[in-house]
Amino acid sequence: MKTKKKQHLIKKRLSRSRGGDVVMILALSVFTLIMMIPLIYAIGMSLKPANELWVFPPTILPQHPTLKNYKDLFSLMTDSWVPIQRYLFNSVFITAVGTFGHIILASMAAYVLSRYTFPGSRFIFSMIKGTLMFSGAVLAIPNYLVMNALNLTDSYMVYILPAFSNTLGLFLMKQFMDQMIPMSLLESAEIDGANDWVKFSQIVMPLVKPAWLTLIVFSVRDLWATGASPYVYTEQLKTLPYALSQIATGGVARAGVGAAISIILILVPLVVFILSQSNVMETMSTSGMKE
Amino acid sequence: MKEMTLKERVHADLAYQWKQIKRNKVKYLFLAPYLILFIVFTVCPVVVSIYFSFTDFNMLEKPNFIGIKNYYRLFLADDLYIKALGNTLMFALITGPGGYLLSLLMAWFMNELPRAVRVVFTVLLYSPSLAGGMTNVFKIIFSSDAQGYLNAFLINYGFISVPIKWLENADYVVPIIIFTVLWGSLGTSFLSFIAGLQGIGKEYYEAGAMDGIRNRWQELWYITLPLMKPQMLFSAVISITGAFSIGAIITGLAGNPSVDYCAHTVMQHLEDYGTVRYEMGYSSSIATVLFLIMLGLNTAVQKLIKKIGR
Repeated sequence: MKTKKKQHLIKKRLSRSRGGDVVMILALSVFTLIMMIPLIYAIGMSLKPANELWVFPPTILPQHPTLKNYKDLFSLMTDSWVPIQRYLFNSVFITAVGTFGHIILASMAAYVLSRYTFPGSRFIFSMIKGTLMFSGAVLAIPNYLVMNALNLTDSYMVYILPAFSNTLGLFLMKQFMDQMIPMSLLESAEIDGANDWVKFSQIVMPLVKPAWLTLIVFSVRDLWATGASPYVYTEQLKTLPYALSQIATGGVARAGVGAAISIILILVPLVVFILSQSNVMETMSTSGMKE
Repeated sequence: MKEMTLKERVHADLAYQWKQIKRNKVKYLFLAPYLILFIVFTVCPVVVSIYFSFTDFNMLEKPNFIGIKNYYRLFLADDLYIKALGNTLMFALITGPGGYLLSLLMAWFMNELPRAVRVVFTVLLYSPSLAGGMTNVFKIIFSSDAQGYLNAFLINYGFISVPIKWLENADYVVPIIIFTVLWGSLGTSFLSFIAGLQGIGKEYYEAGAMDGIRNRWQELWYITLPLMKPQMLFSAVISITGAFSIGAIITGLAGNPSVDYCAHTVMQHLEDYGTVRYEMGYSSSIATVLFLIMLGLNTAVQKLIKKIGR
């Protein structure tokens, strides 16, 4: 009797038009294809030998694919005043340190904001949430003045310190903790005499692995794309995207190399995203804002 | 007598608060490293920006307080700013809701597909937002000579005979910018929508079917969207903030300034006065107004979304 009723319900749910399904999948596929064209074109261009780049009519895919553009990229830069390895090191360094520090600091802050109410805690969180409502780019100039006053300009700190206090990361971490950490677990740890550091490092952090993997994805995305900063003058401290953009300004003569640059810049955050994709989805399911 | 009680009450309250703060010492220690950096790199710049917007600071001389002169100039004596403001609103009104709806629609379309297929679509559609505009490639696609990909395609198939200057013509450059921005707009909010849709339990739909939900549009409006409200609020914030800070993509595609300032936005105006002319006081007033617009619009849209399904 019960199963019959259920079957009836499922049947009712599936009674939506078959045509609708087809239209939805078709629209999704067509749209995805359109979105892919520029990327496919860029990949194709990065693999084209020089004599294929400017044939008329131009082709999307290369006839004789080659990795020469990628190799050229390194030979172009190895002989330059500051070798490309240095730019590469700078980008890897600020991405790694900035992401690591961000996760530790944001998780610690999110932990107390999620677990406790204490004087100022609500105000502090609503202030952090409020900063999601405007873009950091608006603050570029006063940021420079602050960095200048603190004597931080022209150092790695320019890239790293603001990344530590990224607000989207803290917001996502706190939302995840709010919804995913059972209070009873922490309470029983308290009865066993665990202090806050023990609770944070041994209970909370392992439980919120999806959230910190998500923070890694977003932090790597932002830091890896860090380009020219108006606060860094020393060439030895500049980043890979900056160096690559300098090559790309070579115009049509460097079109193939330029495309190779774009591909390298997308590849790193994309691989990080693919690897932690299911964890990111779990975290984003708690990203909502309550009324 | 009354004053005494008030004073006493304030004292007692302060003493209580202080006790609370002392009791929660450890919590503040946990919060401190993040909070100090947040104050230095986010709160301070906001305050600094508002303060300098009332001065004539130019990086060389000591700033003088000049009242609301900067704001007066901004709205009444700077035609280019008014143009930039109009363009910014135009770009934001198209790409903000556009990117938002595309994200929601695509997430909805792929919601009932098998997991593996969904992951593939997610990765493919999300990847352009990682490309940071990829302006150098778009510049070649829309290049003004016959070698530009779009021109060559159109010439080859006989649609045009003379190459079109896509990025040097105001009629074309604005749609191209909108296209490029929308191309990269399936980002964080897109992921939030996918996760939100996946999180809605089957029992809601079953109950809905029993209550007489007839088709998927009714399902979307009466069940899915109301349950997705938290994600919709979050994504709206991300989309609005992004839509009002369009600038770097335009500089990359069409330069700063673009042809006849046809695509000039507030962000570009800010960049011009802040990092080229070093008129810090004036650029601070530009930044402050943009900051207020973003805050105001976000607050308004939050109120609007809360009405969905009611």
